[in-house]
Amino acid sequence: MEQWVSAMKRMALEKITQVSGPAVYVPGSDIDTDRIIPARFMKCITFDGLGEYLFYDVRKNADGSDREHPLNDPRFKGASILLSGVNFGCGSSREHAPQAIYRYGFRAVVAESFAEIFFGNCTTLGIPCAVATAEDMQRLRAAVEADPAVTVTVDVDNNRVFFGSENFTVSIPDTARDALISGHWDAIADLLEGEKAVAATAGALDYMKS
Amino acid sequence: MGKTLFAKVWDAHTVRTLPNGQTQLLIGTHLIHEVTSPQAFGMLRDLGLKVKFPHRTFATVDHIVPTDSQVEPFADPLAAEMIKELRNNAVDFGITYFDLSSGKQGIVHVVGPEQGITQPGTTIACGDSHTATHGAFGAIAFGIGTTQVRDVLATQTMAMSRAKVRLINAEGKLCPGVYAKDVILHIIALLGAKGGIGYAYEYGGNLFDDMSMEERMTVCNMSIEGGARCGYVNPDEKTFAYLKGRPYCPTGGSWDAAVDNWKSFASDADAVYDDVVNIRAEDIAPTVTWGISPDQGFGIDSTVPDPANAKSENERASIAEALEYMKLPAGAPIKGTKIDVAFIGSCTNGRLSDFREVAKYLKGHKVAAHVKAIAVPGSQIVDVLCRNEGLDKIFSEAGFEWRGAGCSMCLAMNPDKLVGDQLCASSSNRNFKGRQGSPTGRTILMSPLMVAAAAVTGAVADAREVFEVRELAAV
Repeated sequence: MEQWVSAMKRMALEKITQVSGPAVYVPGSDIDTDRIIPARFMKCITFDGLGEYLFYDVRKNADGSDREHPLNDPRFKGASILLSGVNFGCGSSREHAPQAIYRYGFRAVVAESFAEIFFGNCTTLGIPCAVATAEDMQRLRAAVEADPAVTVTVDVDNNRVFFGSENFTVSIPDTARDALISGHWDAIADLLEGEKAVAATAGALDYMKS
Repeated sequence: MGKTLFAKVWDAHTVRTLPNGQTQLLIGTHLIHEVTSPQAFGMLRDLGLKVKFPHRTFATVDHIVPTDSQVEPFADPLAAEMIKELRNNAVDFGITYFDLSSGKQGIVHVVGPEQGITQPGTTIACGDSHTATHGAFGAIAFGIGTTQVRDVLATQTMAMSRAKVRLINAEGKLCPGVYAKDVILHIIALLGAKGGIGYAYEYGGNLFDDMSMEERMTVCNMSIEGGARCGYVNPDEKTFAYLKGRPYCPTGGSWDAAVDNWKSFASDADAVYDDVVNIRAEDIAPTVTWGISPDQGFGIDSTVPDPANAKSENERASIAEALEYMKLPAGAPIKGTKIDVAFIGSCTNGRLSDFREVAKYLKGHKVAAHVKAIAVPGSQIVDVLCRNEGLDKIFSEAGFEWRGAGCSMCLAMNPDKLVGDQLCASSSNRNFKGRQGSPTGRTILMSPLMVAAAAVTGAVADAREVFEVRELAAV
């Protein structure tokens, strides 16, 4: 018990109600986590330093020089909101993908849809993922590409995205929104608190004893 | 109203409802490997926490192990460091670890069933998206991220939202030369890479009933490629026969009690599903991918799609991007596309029956001179079983390199990588850009026998023609 109380204290989490900043649009459907962070960069025992390898193989040539990619475009340096297409983050469950996104400097992702494991991993790290319609994404993309300095605000609390004088509704599952706005996005403290109930559930299952 | 297996397992493992409305779900079995666990143990140490149920946590090393020689020290110091880290963590936290010297090491999704750790009616989690494989036994098995690995280590639970259940009902008999891999590639092409988001897939109907356990594993393995978080087949006599006598299964009187319990988890006849999709086995051809997403697949006799014929701008852009990367001309037949590398292995198709079925036809054939072909057993035990039957020799004599156990060229975290824009005929599960280790490397997914056909002809081929396949697979 003492253990989790101390854990809880360390885990006092920020309430994430809205995220604001410049944005960058990375086009494409089914952008998988291998593309977000190629497997060879997972040969590490900490997540430190993963940011520089974000989208590495589509951003860099074999000799390390830059390829044409929105993240290499100086107009979008400093972007903190990542925008993309359908089924973003599909494939491997590697948390290295959202870790690289976070460490690169992104604090929210808006896309037409997300793969489930990626979505869960992002929420657990306090990165809101908001789903927008294709039409709204194109509107947002056009605004960002016309003026890369425009501030985009992901209003987690109210399921809306604001930019310039425009805004639209996004969808964020209730459980994820609750976790973000109440500062419970890292579940460890809540899970530890259920210790007695865990013992009861496990006790009713024979295979948990072996 | 009847319940699905998913609902029964979920309910039996529900601890409580969390403040945000998610379920705190008990994870009965936790499988870990060297790539996604070190950071989790780091977090555990930072929080001063221990592993809650070390006897329900099992580790092995698979992603980064070299397959040409498993003798240490490894040439790659980072790989050596990761193995050392896992060994230390297993010792420090009292976890069962199937090390390279154990004779039981292998791909975590091959090892779990092989050891009888994977059991019906249980929940399983692993920091790897192909954990769905274990659903073949009627387990609910989730791939998770590293922070969730920490959660399961520390509490044996994780926060989850309940999935809907889609029944994929398949009836009929497969044509000769069509395998479980073709079935799942067909399903993914039909329903899309994101078609399963929000769903658990229940694979039902006589096609899946008739499959062996290893075939069911192949199908469940790729549920994630269809967007489903997990997939399963209801446990039956085949499941119990496979498990009986395995090291981590109950014995004596507890065996009968366990079987009775396992049976009770199967979906009820009147279970209600959120969605049902019907498939006819006869409609499935040997299936190959042509693009950079596992749902970009079609029958071997098809021609590469033309972006000009796309139904939407999104589809047009996807096809164009895929063809540019794959260097395939629109409208060309996929058959005859020259390959450079052939890979048989992975958690999808690296089991005894996979090598047995290929060996049956490969005997007397030679790999084309320009093709590098490797066969990688999914575990050290699979390796031994293959060797006992002389299968390794059949592969070697045909020109395949017979390797040691590991994930190998499926994700190329070890030295087995494509070079430049090499094209690989692969029995693995993902054809993503760069997946097999070269940023410009290209992958065509297919069944193991189709890989063998491509290896011997040097180009994508129809195994039914190359090997005169006339009989139904009995694997």
